[in-house]
Amino acid sequence: MNRHHDPITKRLADLLGWASLGLGATQLAAPRAVCRLAGLDDSALAQTIVPIVGLRELLHAALLLGVRNPIPGVWSRVAGDAMDLTVMGRALVSRDSGRRQRATAATAVLVAITAVDLYAATRTLRRREGGEHAMELHAAITINRPRREVYRYWHDFTNLPRFMAHLESVEVKGKTRSHWKVRGPVRWSIEWDAEIVEDLPDELIAWQSMSRADVPNAGAVHFADAPGERGTELRVNLAYDPPAGKVGAAFAKLLGEHPEQQVRDDLRRLKQVMEAGEVVRSEGSPEGAYAIRQVRQRPAQPLPVG
Amino acid sequence: MKANCWMGRNSVEVTEVPDPKILNSRDAIVRITSAAICGSDLHMYDGYIPTMKKGDILGHEFMGEVVEVGPEVTDLRPGDRVVVPFPIACGRCWACEHELYSVCENSNPNAGLAEKFMGHSPAGIFGYSHMLGGYAGGQAEYARVPFADFGPLKVDGDLSDEQVLFLSDILPTGYMAAEMCDISPGDVVAVWGAGPVGQFAVVSAYLLGAEQVICIDRFSYRLRRIHEHTGAEIVDYEEVDVMEALKEMTAGRGPDACIDAVGMEAHHPTGPIHAYDRAKQATRMETDRPHALREAIMACRNGGIVSSVGGYGGFVDKFPMGSFMNRSLTMRSAQCHVQRYMRPLLERIRRGDLDPTFVISHRMPLEEAPQGFELFKSKRDECNKVVLTP
Ligand SMILES: NC(=O)c1ccc[n+]([C@@H]2O[C@H](COP(=O)([O-])OP(=O)(O)OC[C@H]3O[C@@H](n4cnc5c(N)ncnc54)[C@H](O)[C@@H]3O)[C@@H](O)[C@H]2O)c1
Ligand SMILES: [Zn+2]
Ligand SMILES: [Zn+2]
Repeated sequence: MNRHHDPITKRLADLLGWASLGLGATQLAAPRAVCRLAGLDDSALAQTIVPIVGLRELLHAALLLGVRNPIPGVWSRVAGDAMDLTVMGRALVSRDSGRRQRATAATAVLVAITAVDLYAATRTLRRREGGEHAMELHAAITINRPRREVYRYWHDFTNLPRFMAHLESVEVKGKTRSHWKVRGPVRWSIEWDAEIVEDLPDELIAWQSMSRADVPNAGAVHFADAPGERGTELRVNLAYDPPAGKVGAAFAKLLGEHPEQQVRDDLRRLKQVMEAGEVVRSEGSPEGAYAIRQVRQRPAQPLPVG
Repeated sequence: MKANCWMGRNSVEVTEVPDPKILNSRDAIVRITSAAICGSDLHMYDGYIPTMKKGDILGHEFMGEVVEVGPEVTDLRPGDRVVVPFPIACGRCWACEHELYSVCENSNPNAGLAEKFMGHSPAGIFGYSHMLGGYAGGQAEYARVPFADFGPLKVDGDLSDEQVLFLSDILPTGYMAAEMCDISPGDVVAVWGAGPVGQFAVVSAYLLGAEQVICIDRFSYRLRRIHEHTGAEIVDYEEVDVMEALKEMTAGRGPDACIDAVGMEAHHPTGPIHAYDRAKQATRMETDRPHALREAIMACRNGGIVSSVGGYGGFVDKFPMGSFMNRSLTMRSAQCHVQRYMRPLLERIRRGDLDPTFVISHRMPLEEAPQGFELFKSKRDECNKVVLTP
């Protein structure tokens, strides 16, 4: 599940990433200078280890800067700190006085860095405070059809189950009201009433579940002309606030491990329906674009009859 | 029905599988009359294309007779004879409207998977891994053909299967490789790889007005075949230094355009360099061995064009970016936009400008596909191109 991290934690993770990048690059480029600073310049072993530690730092940097989720990067740094502290602790014992001074200073810096890393690491485990939606999903796609047509298609909510994989049905009950039914795991189904809260023709549709929904949720879809006659740019935001307990768990299961991928696949199916006429199927993915299928493919052979 | 299935590395088996059925309203079912084995199939056979699954039906070069059509297919009817282009394309997305059929935006149901490997997803392809759609291929008795109202080319009975079969892939691919070279009078074009794709690139370069075409490979029977058919110059890279030979032949300029018709499993005459890339490939530190591409870049004249149609799957190492950038080269590449070339090339075949049958060396029943793969891979028995008949 896409856990949400607050901006401070994200910023902190970024900073740590850049720090790792700088340190790693230095350790690789100038291992001798690093050894001298840390008071380890008398050890041949240290000179070979420092570039390796440099590589490890680059790995932290890659995780912190390259992966959206800060958890692996930050915790990998904590593990690295533990390693480095052990090494420095050993080194302190066997150094002559001049080197020991430098080694002590380096260790002090290391302790401070470890404290920052630990702080960032514990922050990543915090859950976001209540009051806001626990999960927000976003996806965008360009559809080679006129904006009006795409808007109209979406505006008829009974069309949504044609491309939204987890929806079983949407029943329109009035000008702004509708009833949504989601395909639950084994005999489970989650249903709610929703209401259109904003509707700007050819531009925006926003809806929201009504007060007594089991899983409060909201969504908005924006339509804009794509430049150069490329059709319509469509951007969707969805927010779910699953409660704790059974319903929440069932719902989480439904959205799967990669809810954002599911939304992207939903939009791909919409694009297929609007451009090519229907959801495109293959023998390996008979349901068409479908997040769960991406990892669990059937062999590319015709399906058995029946 | 019977179909040739990928069973793992270096293993294909002809087995009994369910008959295909219509899944989409724009589908057709085709009873296959001829199918070929392609150099691209070898990349899967050798285990270098990710996301293959045991049991996948291979084959993306095929033709046959329509036996059933979905409700939206109005211009084809049972009994029609069709050649099927290998990229699956909807005909209605932005890419298709711009004739970029092999990057059709709608034909890959597993686009999410492809995005992870490549950033964006290309089109789906028959029998070409799950990342490219998970479509059952055409080395079989029947195949389901999506977007049958758009892709397949109807052909009349006066032309034989062998004359038109290669419109499904390698003839347009060779042609596109030459077209991407922007050939103008006086141009010398060098082609790496004397496989069927390279051979069609040579033929096409001449058709498009090249002054001279030079083909490079190490299998003399293949070089001989293309030399006899077109008069192209040939270079055996195990006998001579390719860079030196090309400089000599072009009086120091280098070829105006260089075509890579080899791809990710290139061979290198120097043992250690070949071993280096093989080892990296085996450990997946690089997925592709790009010797021919590297050489094509180094050999090309300043300001020239490198046209790459050899198949690649992932990442290459030691890409000579310095040479490429400083010498003002241009590189063009694609899985062939087959639908763009089928009709004009059919016309050329009909007029007699082109006879694609010269590439065929082996004809076998579908049941012998495993032997066909072995022969084509090992280049034994002077194997050049295998055509299978179900
Ligand atoms: N872009 C496309 O749409 C498209 C379509 C079809 C095939 N392909 C690709 O084209 C390539 C060739 O296909 P094919 O059917 O002709 O395969 P093939 O295996 O029959 O031919 C490849 C040839 O390249 C030669 N070769 C290997 N290393 C070389 C080197 N260093 N220098 C010169 N020649 C070398 C081999 O000896 C062989 O003759 C494959 O990679 C295939 O995937 C691409
Ligand atoms: Zn091919
Ligand atoms: Zn398309």
